[in-house]
Amino acid sequence: MNKQNKLGILLKGLIQENPVLVLILGTCPTLAMSNSVISAVAMGVSATLVLLCSNIVISLLRKVIPDQVRIPSYIVIIAGFVTMVQMLLQAYLPSLYEMLGVYLALIVVNCIILGRAEMYASKNNVIDSALDGIGMGIGFTLALFAMATIREVFGNASFAGIAIPFLEPYKISILTMAPGGFFVFGCMIALVNKISKGKAIRKKEFGCAGCPSQAVCGKTGCDAGNIQEIQVEKESNA
Amino acid sequence: MIKSLVIILMTSVLVNNYVLNKFLGICPFLGVSKKLNQAVGMGVAVIFVMLLATLVTWPIYKFLLLPNDLVFMQTIVFILVIAALVQLVEIILKRYIPGLHQSLGVYLPLITTNCAVLGVTINNITDNYNFIESMVSSLGCGLGFLLAMVLFAGVRSRLETAKPPKSFEGLPLTLIAAAIVSCAFFGFAGIVENLFM
Repeated sequence: MNKQNKLGILLKGLIQENPVLVLILGTCPTLAMSNSVISAVAMGVSATLVLLCSNIVISLLRKVIPDQVRIPSYIVIIAGFVTMVQMLLQAYLPSLYEMLGVYLALIVVNCIILGRAEMYASKNNVIDSALDGIGMGIGFTLALFAMATIREVFGNASFAGIAIPFLEPYKISILTMAPGGFFVFGCMIALVNKISKGKAIRKKEFGCAGCPSQAVCGKTGCDAGNIQEIQVEKESNA
Repeated sequence: MIKSLVIILMTSVLVNNYVLNKFLGICPFLGVSKKLNQAVGMGVAVIFVMLLATLVTWPIYKFLLLPNDLVFMQTIVFILVIAALVQLVEIILKRYIPGLHQSLGVYLPLITTNCAVLGVTINNITDNYNFIESMVSSLGCGLGFLLAMVLFAGVRSRLETAKPPKSFEGLPLTLIAAAIVSCAFFGFAGIVENLFM
């Protein structure tokens, strides 16, 4: 029973609560880094590493950090791990460091990591938080990998840098550029909607759940506006 | 001098648009672009915070981190400075200029962890801009963000009445509309070379 629970925590990040396709978190790196398989996997692995480490540390410190300053504390912890990953990549894999560029530093503001810290690691024990971090990280990597595969194979007629000759005359190069990112992402979310028969559609609207700043903003700002709007819309519909 | 500044401005507004070309600040772009007035408020707040963040982070990098060999602390220092700054500005606005706080303040906390703001400060450093160039590039990125938000708010008001297939309702349709708006911005690709060089 207990073992099954642990497995459940690990697996829910993969499909049921996939951070990219179901929770719609971390859209910026997803769109930006999915134009080639190699950069997508590198991004996924770096983010997973940061997510795992930050979840563990935040979960360990959850009783020490005062409630009022928790967000700045989380940001410092996350930024620390991001800096470590940056230095490691710069030292050992400089070509990947160049490829990821500014997006590597931007893992700090990746909504998945701050979101999981706030929603999960600050409330659960270390082992559960670590499993949650791994699960969410792998879910993020898989979603990025799937998108990058579509975009690279059809857009550039290659897979992870290896050319696929028979697709060469048919390649749609706009898929590897900015518009292709939006288009493929939209189609993939629609596909998830189709498969889940609208069960996941509820979460798709951009409320606070999808907002990176949800934790910081403390339910003022756009949230208050959105709730009012939603209520008004509901009333007018009725 | 002026010419290079204009080139930086035009490039960051039209060619390297942060939202539609570099995918930075997607969350507010999709989240707050439903109504035109909200989109404008958010855009103005982003311009304000970008300028402020550059104003503070550039000197910190050049005069504090660089001479003391602390360049590796860049990410941590920048995000903390931006977060603290936004909080501070919000408190000051609330206390002294309540009118401005009413219209701008609600968007400020949302921007603290916006990747576009951190992105622009880091890009200014990696592109080796001097102080004035950095400020101009921040202004350009903010204006580009505002432009994209306003254009997209117009597109979205049309989408509200559209009847897409069930599974495309909501976010997927919005993303595909964003893809088309982003295609439109491709038209600006050669504008800088043709106008100024």
